[in-house]
Amino acid sequence: MSAAFRTASGGRIDRSKQLAFTFDGVRMIGHPGDTLASALTANGVRLLARSFKYHRPRGLVAAGSEEPNALVTVIRDDGRTTPNLAATTVELYDGLVAVSQNRWPSLKWDVGALNDLFSPIFVSGFYYKTFMWPRSFWQKVYEPRIRAAAGFGEAPKAADPDRYANRFAHCDVLVIGVGPAGLAAARAAADAGARVILCDENPELGGSLLADPSAVIDGEPGAAWAASIAADLAARETVTLLTRTTAFGWYQDNMVGLLERVTDHLADPPDHLPRERLWQVRAKRVVIAAGALERPLVFPENDRPGIMLADAARTFLARHGVAAGSRAVVFTATDSAYAAAIEAKAAGVSVALVADLRREASPAAEAARAAGIRVDLATTIEATSGGLSVESVRLARVAANGSIAPGETIACDLVLHSAGFTPTVHLFSQSRGKLRFDADRGVFLPGEPHEDATSAGACNGAETLAACLAAGHAAGAAAARAATGGEVAERAYAAEGLAIEIGGHFGEVPHGRDASRVKCFVDLQHDVTAKDIRLATREGFRSIEHVKRFTTTGMATDQGKASNMNALAVAAATMGLDVPQVGLTTFRRPYTPVSFGAFAGVNRGGLFDPIRRTPSHDAAAARGAPFEDVGLWKRAWWFPRDGEDRHAAVARECRTVRETVGVFDASTLGKIEVVGPDAAEFLNRMYVNPFLKLGVGRCRYGILCRDDGFVYDDGVIGRIAEDRFHVTTTTGGAPRVLMMMEDYLQTEWPELDVWLTSTTEQWAVVAIQGPEAREVIAPLVAGVDLSTAAFPHMSVADCRILGLPGRLFRVSFTGELGYELNVPADYGAALWDALLARAEALGGCAYGTETMHVLRAEKGYIIVGQDTDGTLTPADAGLARAVGKSKPDFVGKAGMARPDLTGPHRKEIVGLLPDDPKCVLDEGAQITAEANPAKGAHALGHVTSAYWSANVGRGIALAMVEGGRSRMGTKLHVPMPTGPIAVTVVDPVFWDKEGKRLDG
Amino acid sequence: MLLITCPYCGPRPEIEFAARGEAHVARAAPDADGEAVAASLYVRSNPRGVIAERWRHVAGCGRFFDALRHTVTDKFVATYRVGEPRPDLAAPAGAGEGTR
Ligand SMILES: [Zn+2]
Repeated sequence: MSAAFRTASGGRIDRSKQLAFTFDGVRMIGHPGDTLASALTANGVRLLARSFKYHRPRGLVAAGSEEPNALVTVIRDDGRTTPNLAATTVELYDGLVAVSQNRWPSLKWDVGALNDLFSPIFVSGFYYKTFMWPRSFWQKVYEPRIRAAAGFGEAPKAADPDRYANRFAHCDVLVIGVGPAGLAAARAAADAGARVILCDENPELGGSLLADPSAVIDGEPGAAWAASIAADLAARETVTLLTRTTAFGWYQDNMVGLLERVTDHLADPPDHLPRERLWQVRAKRVVIAAGALERPLVFPENDRPGIMLADAARTFLARHGVAAGSRAVVFTATDSAYAAAIEAKAAGVSVALVADLRREASPAAEAARAAGIRVDLATTIEATSGGLSVESVRLARVAANGSIAPGETIACDLVLHSAGFTPTVHLFSQSRGKLRFDADRGVFLPGEPHEDATSAGACNGAETLAACLAAGHAAGAAAARAATGGEVAERAYAAEGLAIEIGGHFGEVPHGRDASRVKCFVDLQHDVTAKDIRLATREGFRSIEHVKRFTTTGMATDQGKASNMNALAVAAATMGLDVPQVGLTTFRRPYTPVSFGAFAGVNRGGLFDPIRRTPSHDAAAARGAPFEDVGLWKRAWWFPRDGEDRHAAVARECRTVRETVGVFDASTLGKIEVVGPDAAEFLNRMYVNPFLKLGVGRCRYGILCRDDGFVYDDGVIGRIAEDRFHVTTTTGGAPRVLMMMEDYLQTEWPELDVWLTSTTEQWAVVAIQGPEAREVIAPLVAGVDLSTAAFPHMSVADCRILGLPGRLFRVSFTGELGYELNVPADYGAALWDALLARAEALGGCAYGTETMHVLRAEKGYIIVGQDTDGTLTPADAGLARAVGKSKPDFVGKAGMARPDLTGPHRKEIVGLLPDDPKCVLDEGAQITAEANPAKGAHALGHVTSAYWSANVGRGIALAMVEGGRSRMGTKLHVPMPTGPIAVTVVDPVFWDKEGKRLDG
Repeated sequence: MLLITCPYCGPRPEIEFAARGEAHVARAAPDADGEAVAASLYVRSNPRGVIAERWRHVAGCGRFFDALRHTVTDKFVATYRVGEPRPDLAAPAGAGEGTR
């Protein structure tokens, strides 16, 4: 059984095989080689969509990716639901399920179509004007209603189960578009010895040759010639031939993004294939052979199903063996549509007439008349009628003086129209090539290129097959020569075929209707009419970029491929300007929509962002510790026991560390090994502290500033040997500190003989803090005398730890006696287990980052990035004593001496005690002098750290306060939504002010 | 994505590099006055045309180098090693190594 509109023979389909598919639940049959669009057309389905704004019935306009109307959703399962696919680009497979969009309850009975009746109020700019006020209505009423009513398709309901691959490729010549020009270019480049990649969005190579039965090249039918050249190229090792592959975006220096659709056309995609493959191709030269797209005529009610581009009908006929209707009217401003009329008639379609806007009969018109087709010159269509399909058109005569005389009404179910062709300059324009306006033909053509790229064929203005082949060969040969120096002989193709007309008619056709009321659609996908564009110019918009945004013309997913030149022409005509004076909107990536999956590639789920785990991670997880994200690290937050909540666990850990001992995984600290004869001199210049006289085996707390004098990072630095330092940084700071050190080393002081090596990943670090710390580590450490006399606070030594080569620091970030044990990273878990077992036997415990934060705040130790914000000098942070003022220079020396960085207005780090001891302030809360400041009053600073301190027995806080140190003992206020909180400014050290506990 | 010619490694894709701001900006002397310090920290040439910039081939050899880039075309005109003078674009062969 053959579908009603399938021709008896012909087309590049396999009639021996049947493919069953459904559209909105209706089962139909197509063939391999069909698109969803051609199969639906073969089955007589012409209502495919409802329009965006007015919900008007819509059918196919085009046969390729430029299709504005026929957007459908293709459903495989919940995770494999793809909305907004142009039916013209969906290859048919057995079992395909497609549904229409933007309609409720059904495509035929759509409630939203009422919008069409109210269209006088839905003029362009309507949303901006009407829904702006009152403000609350926008969020609560208008926006949800608009979103519910609009929306092209729905996002999938389940996660995308498919794989997406990513591939990088390099080539001498990339050829984009494989029609006649692209084939000739690729052949020439490959013959010259260049490595060539060629790609085309279609499943079959040949472009226009596949849709032109009159094409003959070197004596061979065009399609057969394309197939033989493609086969020859595919067999070459130097050629990569990509079908179903769209060059969607140009990224500087000849990097072009290609999207290869690998399995979407298959009924049962095999597991080993990715759904799509994103190619990032870097080409020495690019040949753009993107062709030209037919431009619609803009006439009254030009949007009914059955009104389509002449070239689309030719494509359906020649490629798919489908007649788009049974009785056709052809409406044209150029010659090429006559071929559509003659071919349709030959296929058995009744052709009522060709209405030609032009006044003179061309040879093509004479040929049509000779074929028995009526041709009316100087004739326009000024009305169409029909419901879910076009049923008739009304002609009108255009007199030489421009006056319009109404003509007869012709019954038809198909209107084929053509205004001429527009070169596809999207990629050239994306590449920042300058477009030039061809005033004779009224089109924009590639001008001066910005990249190493050439446009060839119809996209460069060529109109005949012979010209496209010649241009393709020349461009391919030149590209290969430039890329490789290879040469190829001249080649002259003998070619005949249909010529297209670049140019033609632009903008609204003449008609006798009331221009202020009639709908002549320019942008079908966004329902923008010529009237809307005229309105925009009357509203004062002059730039085409503004007209575009006001009317939304060209802003839909088709990016106005078919509509932009018409929109421009309407705007220019209304303003009485030439087209180039109005300008052209920017062509943006991507050329056609690209799935998020393709861009994400493998970088999803666990591979989206790497996760860094500490050596104690598994042990902490086994104890039920929650984890805190610190940069990419997962750090144990606290270690709950026996149903403790966070507050109880942290309070217990804080007390245990100060009373006995605690074990803490400090492996996330950044570590940089600074080595070389000039290592001490280098650190002396980088850090604000003096380092030249630091003894071997001793440590110093270092502060790193930028040259602006603001604190950038901090950490303990130990001198391992005369020429070797172990630098620690903040957890997140290691990469930027290393970058900064390299910068100064390489660019400011290249004379210094120093090597910098990141060792963050090499050392696992466990901190033991508390009075029993020495007792815990003593049996595990060999080769170092742990007595305070021999190994005092701020000591470092290479030694054996668990029998391993280790590095022992005596440092404290709690104010208690403390050590940090470094072992090779692979042994970190073993070290953790050994230390924790010892500590727990002595009554100690593991503690997490929350306890670490509380304990350091009790001592007033700052965390760079929490208590500082990139605008504090060391003096502001209370660290002035660390600055080596007698050093001749260091990074930040001049910066921090700037006159405006000193004085009473500076914010300084101080302690705060809430009057209510139970109160824990909010970090980030503002601090004011008054309890109830006037609105807009100046804040004196803000709370940077605030905790419940179990050891001090009250809430404590650190804060940045203007002139903070001069306000000691004074009362300030923290205004909160629940009322102001009174606080007293105090010294930031809340625990063991004398520092006696450091020695246990 | 830009193709940037590292003076040590050759042409590599932009993602391997880190931009580090304008080149040939001298650090203020340790005893410079506030105006001079502020100028060296914050005042940049911001030309419409060729700018000298410091880049680092951070995901490659790790070396810092200087580059001339056109701020309108976004094209790299020349790259050269730190310490070498800014190439004189008027001289035909002046850009030397690293030009493309
Ligand atoms: Zn390099």
